[in-house]
Amino acid sequence: MFEINCDVVIIGGGPAGLAAAIGAKEEGAEKVLIIERDNALGGILQQCIHPGFGLTRFKEELTGPEFYGKFVDRAKELGVEYMLNSMVLSVDHENSQVICVSSEKGMTCVHAGSIVLAMGCRERTRANIVTPGTRPAGLYTAGAAQRLVNRQNIMVGKKVVILGSGDIGMIMARRMSLEGAKVVCVVELMSYLAGLTRNRVQCLDDFGIPLKLAHTITRIEGNERVTGVWVAPVDENKVPIKEQEEFIECDTVLFSVGLLPENELTRKAGIAINPITNGPEVNQYMQTSVPGVFACGNVVHVNDLADNVSEESARAGKYAAQYAMKKLPTSTGTVTCVTGRNVRYLCPQKIQKAEGSEKVSLYFRVLNPELGVKLVAKCGDEIIAQKKAFRVNPGEMDHIAVDTAKLTTDAITVEVVKED
Amino acid sequence: MLKTDVVVIGAGAVGCAIARELSKYEINVIVVDKNDDVGGDASKSNSAIIHTGYDAAPGTLESQLVVAANPMYDEVVKDLDVPFARIGAILPAITQEQYDQLPAIKEKAFRNHVYDVEFKTGEELLAMEPNLNPEVKGGLWIPRESIIDPFILVQALAENANANGVEFLLNTKVTGIKTENGKVKSVETTSGEIETTYVINAAGLYCDEIAEMVGKADYKVVARKGQFYILDKNTSCQVEHIVLPIPTKVTKGKLMCPTIHGNMLVGPTAEDQESKEDKSTSTEGLNSIAADVRNLVPNVNLRETITQYSGLRPNRNPEGLHFDMYDDLQGYVNLSGVRSTGLTLSLSMGKYVVQQLQYHGLEMTFKKNFIKERKGVVKFSECTLEEQEKLIQENPLYGNIICRCETITEAEILDAIHRPLGAKSMDAVKRRVRAGMGRCQGGFCGPKVLEILAREWQCDASEINKNVAGSYMVTGVTRR
Amino acid sequence: MSTIKKEIICTVCPRGCHMEVEGQGDQVISVTGYTCNRGLEYANTEFAHPVRILTTTVKMAGVSNDLLPVRSASPLPKEKLFDCMEVIRQTEVKLPVACHDVIISNICGTGVDIVATKSVE
Repeated sequence: MFEINCDVVIIGGGPAGLAAAIGAKEEGAEKVLIIERDNALGGILQQCIHPGFGLTRFKEELTGPEFYGKFVDRAKELGVEYMLNSMVLSVDHENSQVICVSSEKGMTCVHAGSIVLAMGCRERTRANIVTPGTRPAGLYTAGAAQRLVNRQNIMVGKKVVILGSGDIGMIMARRMSLEGAKVVCVVELMSYLAGLTRNRVQCLDDFGIPLKLAHTITRIEGNERVTGVWVAPVDENKVPIKEQEEFIECDTVLFSVGLLPENELTRKAGIAINPITNGPEVNQYMQTSVPGVFACGNVVHVNDLADNVSEESARAGKYAAQYAMKKLPTSTGTVTCVTGRNVRYLCPQKIQKAEGSEKVSLYFRVLNPELGVKLVAKCGDEIIAQKKAFRVNPGEMDHIAVDTAKLTTDAITVEVVKED
Repeated sequence: MLKTDVVVIGAGAVGCAIARELSKYEINVIVVDKNDDVGGDASKSNSAIIHTGYDAAPGTLESQLVVAANPMYDEVVKDLDVPFARIGAILPAITQEQYDQLPAIKEKAFRNHVYDVEFKTGEELLAMEPNLNPEVKGGLWIPRESIIDPFILVQALAENANANGVEFLLNTKVTGIKTENGKVKSVETTSGEIETTYVINAAGLYCDEIAEMVGKADYKVVARKGQFYILDKNTSCQVEHIVLPIPTKVTKGKLMCPTIHGNMLVGPTAEDQESKEDKSTSTEGLNSIAADVRNLVPNVNLRETITQYSGLRPNRNPEGLHFDMYDDLQGYVNLSGVRSTGLTLSLSMGKYVVQQLQYHGLEMTFKKNFIKERKGVVKFSECTLEEQEKLIQENPLYGNIICRCETITEAEILDAIHRPLGAKSMDAVKRRVRAGMGRCQGGFCGPKVLEILAREWQCDASEINKNVAGSYMVTGVTRR
Repeated sequence: MSTIKKEIICTVCPRGCHMEVEGQGDQVISVTGYTCNRGLEYANTEFAHPVRILTTTVKMAGVSNDLLPVRSASPLPKEKLFDCMEVIRQTEVKLPVACHDVIISNICGTGVDIVATKSVE
């Protein structure tokens, strides 16, 4: 078997993996290796040809390829190494190694000082949400269609219904329209938009595409190719109102119904998974329950913006490098992060206390949209950080920074409270 | 005009098993099927269980054939390289009323010559199957109930028959059967007329339409829909055996069992319907599965589903499995009512049909060079590290993982495409090597498999179907 | 000339203010509902000359199963998007291409260039 030694090995060469590699190099790791299954670096951003990336990090609006291009350039400049067309089959943390396979090198064992998981996420499917009906051709997840249209020069259909108003769904509505398809409507189960308002304006309104909020697809029809879908409004319990079902003719249905962190390797390696995020539990170093294994990006929790992924991943890379160089701060205690009112999950889930003080940002998503609120972090009854928020929305991540020196108890609660 | 001795109509489990059995003799056989792949209808959408026949109606042909078929599997799956496991079934009684039925069920098994059914206490069953309803009072253990890969079984039978000289005409619809002087003369198909001495109607759901062509449709096929859930391999609540419900007067109930590939299968419903085409799932049907199976396995987590499907069992009215030959129509064999036990009894039906043909004058000479074995696609994911290294050395495409959920390589997909009766459609690839059968349901590998199929068949991607004609995957290119 | 009212949802920040703009022809008379100056500016442009960044793909010569991602270097008049797509559909680019190379200059007389967003050897 082919053997490689490195300081930090990173599984995945998308935005998370690239930023982690750069972070690790900049921290002083000598040999940093990315293992990527695709034939190029960039991950899903290769097919995200639309703008909207980089506003936070680069203060300009970039397309997906431009955004990851900057990271690829920087990684190459720093001498980050990478293997393409290589799939990791297992993570063996006890021996600090990963096994991967490629046509070029065959079975390869990579020994590393630390391992960073950056495998990203995958899309929920029609089957995950149990949409009844037939199983014809013409049903795609929005991302699969995006890959075909943008990267493989293949048009998936002519008359399209999209389920889910997340950003990918809306962006595909625009994309399909520009390529000459008729997008009949976008159907959204919730009573509010799942993605950003700007995408509604620029991807739906601009093209006259109706948005059906509080509706769902109740049935798929067609034996060979899809011939149409039945769409019905839903009541407050999200149960379809059968009497108001209507048939919408189409030859294609795109499902944009959520993303799930892809943690097959993580699970197989016995790393603790958080049931809410479906990603590994991490501390502020992005370190998992296994000390030598770090994780970042959508494999940990589905981020709203690639900018946030890069920030978090740079951190993972930095601390993975420190771990490999045996410089990671010694823990003097663990604080558990607890979700309070209207907080669905927190990332990181744990904070390691160490000598001195450190600012740690706790990222989270809310359960329900709210206006005029305060984000509060508390140790017991003591408020250690708070900030105002005009609006919170499940589709967008929020964060609050806390000072580790102020952590007086072994738990910290983050909650969203109504402003008086 | 094509000329043969026997035409088998239908390339499902039964048709392919008959074809393979016939291929052991010096006889010319042609199998015709309207689909572009073997095993396209009932043989692909079922519970994938090889039954013992313990609950058949004693004394019937169905009982005889199922009971005879079960022991045949051990050798056939070895010869044909078909994934199969004798995991056994349990029949737990949750209520007193169910408990009181156990002796009668055991006695019926006895009358079906299934002697190895055993009584188990509630504790014993819970020890075997910890996720069972803790209220379980006791139950029966049916050790030879088994699970199989139904797709591979049919493909293996077909490939082996083909290797032994059987010709397959796929994408071919039978349009008529010509007779002369009370004898079969030829079969008319969309691929031309085939002169033949014998015709075996193994058309499953459509067997009444074929029978109609020769005026022997004294019955009607009644499609009985069965809806199923398939759960993720990682689902939190699993079972290790086939967990069968005790049937009530109203319903046979829903079962839960592992599939041969480690998913959980839950279902089916039983809904009689007019249409032979409607294979849709419904909210009502799927919900009824949830309600029923929770009686057996209370913590089953149906939210962890990766797909739902439904299949149509070709029941008939009047009911029951029928084998018919006719004095006034020599050479014509009619099989009907090949329903949920059809997969199991395909092997014994092959034997039965051949024997009957012999009784009716078909001359049978053993083929000396009969090839008994068939090798399946090598499964990279099931190999040891050393084997994997060797595979890649011999063929680097074993190093290119296409389906990441099931770890399927490009080499395996090419094997599926290029072996005899190879895959032409997305589903045909999926049913051979499981690319797209995992939790992302082809979200990642679908676009790549499409590209590979178009490349290998040297056609445009828009010519690739999901399965049957008309199920085109894509409409064209974005840039010419 | 009669006055018209347009409802405009601001896309400058995630807040998404609903604004109402009243105007005549290209001339804005009044804007209500905005909460910052950037919003006001957006409302003015959006009322008279709405513009959008166009992102799409271009065929690469000799390549049938991959495409070059491109964008308009700056926002284009919204009503020209489909005209621009027609031109882009007819375009084929010779390799190699560097990121931000001009693929089509002054597309449809808009004064805006279509540029590559990726380098391809």
